Amino acid sequence: MSPATVLVTGADRYLAGRLVARLTADDQVKRTISVNTDALGDSDLKDLLEDEGVDTVVHAAVAASAVRSGGRTAQKESNVIGTMHLLAACQRAATVRRVVVKSSVAAYGASARDPAVFTEDTELRVAPRGEFAADILEVEAYARGFARRRSDVAVTVLRLAPLLGPTSDTSLTRYFSLPVVPTVLGYDPRVQFLHIEDALDVLHRVTLDGHEAPRGRPDVFNVAGPGVLLLSQAIRRAGRVAAPAPEALLRGVAAFARGRGIVDFSRDQLDFLRFGRVVDVQRLTSVYDLTPRPTPAAFDDFVTGHALMSVLGGRDAEGRSFRDRAKDLTSIRNGRGNPR
Amino acid sequence: MNEPMDADAAAEAIADVANLLTKRLTGDYEVDEFGFDSELTETLTVPLLRPLYRKWFRVEVTGLENVPLSGGALLVGNHSGTVAMDALMVQVALFDDHPAHRHLRLLAADFVLKAPLLGEYARKTGATLASNADAERLLDAEELVGVFPEGVKGTGKPVWDRYKLQRFGRGGFVSTALRTGAPIIPVSIVGAEEIYPLIGNIPALARLLKLPYFPVTPTFPWLGPLGLVPLPSKWMIHFGEPIDTKDMEHLADDPLEIFNLADRVKETIADTLAELLDRRGPAFQ
Repeated sequence: MSPATVLVTGADRYLAGRLVARLTADDQVKRTISVNTDALGDSDLKDLLEDEGVDTVVHAAVAASAVRSGGRTAQKESNVIGTMHLLAACQRAATVRRVVVKSSVAAYGASARDPAVFTEDTELRVAPRGEFAADILEVEAYARGFARRRSDVAVTVLRLAPLLGPTSDTSLTRYFSLPVVPTVLGYDPRVQFLHIEDALDVLHRVTLDGHEAPRGRPDVFNVAGPGVLLLSQAIRRAGRVAAPAPEALLRGVAAFARGRGIVDFSRDQLDFLRFGRVVDVQRLTSVYDLTPRPTPAAFDDFVTGHALMSVLGGRDAEGRSFRDRAKDLTSIRNGRGNPR
Repeated sequence: MNEPMDADAAAEAIADVANLLTKRLTGDYEVDEFGFDSELTETLTVPLLRPLYRKWFRVEVTGLENVPLSGGALLVGNHSGTVAMDALMVQVALFDDHPAHRHLRLLAADFVLKAPLLGEYARKTGATLASNADAERLLDAEELVGVFPEGVKGTGKPVWDRYKLQRFGRGGFVSTALRTGAPIIPVSIVGAEEIYPLIGNIPALARLLKLPYFPVTPTFPWLGPLGLVPLPSKWMIHFGEPIDTKDMEHLADDPLEIFNLADRVKETIADTLAELLDRRGPAFQ
């Protein structure tokens, strides 16, 4: 494959910014052009694509989670309108040969009536609710429409699980950093995460890989750490304490907080906190021979990286955490360990 | 068994539970992708059900040799008893009395998984949604999958209709077995019909609590919590001969074939139920 000229959107964000740095350092890439999220509506985009001879477009500007600063209007503007503008420009730019759209597993929603594990072609019984899920569905609908109209372009849609990393700051890392973590009473959802480094590996690989994608429709991949954690389990691993509250109360608080612009807590998240969301990554593994590190490992890396201090007690004089000490207790009880 | 051994066994059981709780406190354990916590099930939920199984219902199990030592199989049973106690007892039977101590992965209705606490309990003890996708995934992973095609029509039927099998759904379980090649094992359960004799339903309360029905029995809700105590009927569970489904994948979309096979399973269970009832005699003895 001849060296590629790649355009990356959302380069003002952490993930896309890192991707630009990686692509710039890659020999297979002739040039990397980064576009900020707020420049997506620009009508000059098509000229830029053609003048620079861009053959590969990575649309990484779609927000990865439901909570984002800037409010709902700005979020929808960048997610949906941004995608619309970008794909409209790509459609007219003859140089474009490959488009990679970063989407989210929020496309599957979360419900008790859908299968436990989503594959790329699971037929949903319950339409995902919530504003962020609606955005994601619209983004993917645009991608489908684009793939249909430009069947000479290989379109890949990557549905990313919520990102976690040792140094990242996302709504999810803030959630698990709360000393007392709110959960829904009577529910312990299965959750899945994606390590940020693995997300970069996958984006990097898919951007440059010449894998023969189907034409006329997008090639969709789930990207997540295999395996699951229960929410309660993740909270304990982070050394936090769960604060279960009845669903009705949480709904009320969420509506109140949203009305006053305190936090943006939408219905997708409440559904997620009840039923969780697990995807199958077999397809990614078999096509690209890439498997992100398992969810428990990704989560442990996040806990270590953020040096989350257990609220059950900090490290002792020997530097052992609460978890280590509890492990000792267990092994003494089983008569295997040697008491210190 | 002499006294000191009992004390040792009790001490070991307590240590196991303490160990379990420590691991839960630190998050240091594993669940599978369906949310099944095998350790919790083995050390806590099955031991809690065991006294019911052994002492209260005195469950007599036959035909365990028909359940394979390894590999997937679809266990299809008759459903009754107002609450799904029968499913739990089959679960204990396979874990305690089967030579390979196998776990039964139950397929549950969506209202179970949607309900607070109940849904959490169901997933942690190995249940998942009754859907082709989940059932096939479990069978491909060589698990034993338990399904009750009568669903709430079976558990929610009045006591005077006991041991009358209801419609076996649309036979979705048959197409799952055909697609995966997993054998179908008919499971006949006698005894569950009498534990909570259903004599009525309060639809308004059922709607309020989002349940398929709100049961009225001779003791519930009249006696309050006391009405929750199941009647000590005598139980019998028989695992029937497996029905082979190998190399029948092409028939998985054939409605007539599916209907016939579902009917065959239903007939087998109905016949076995009659035999078991005959052998058992009166329910309370």
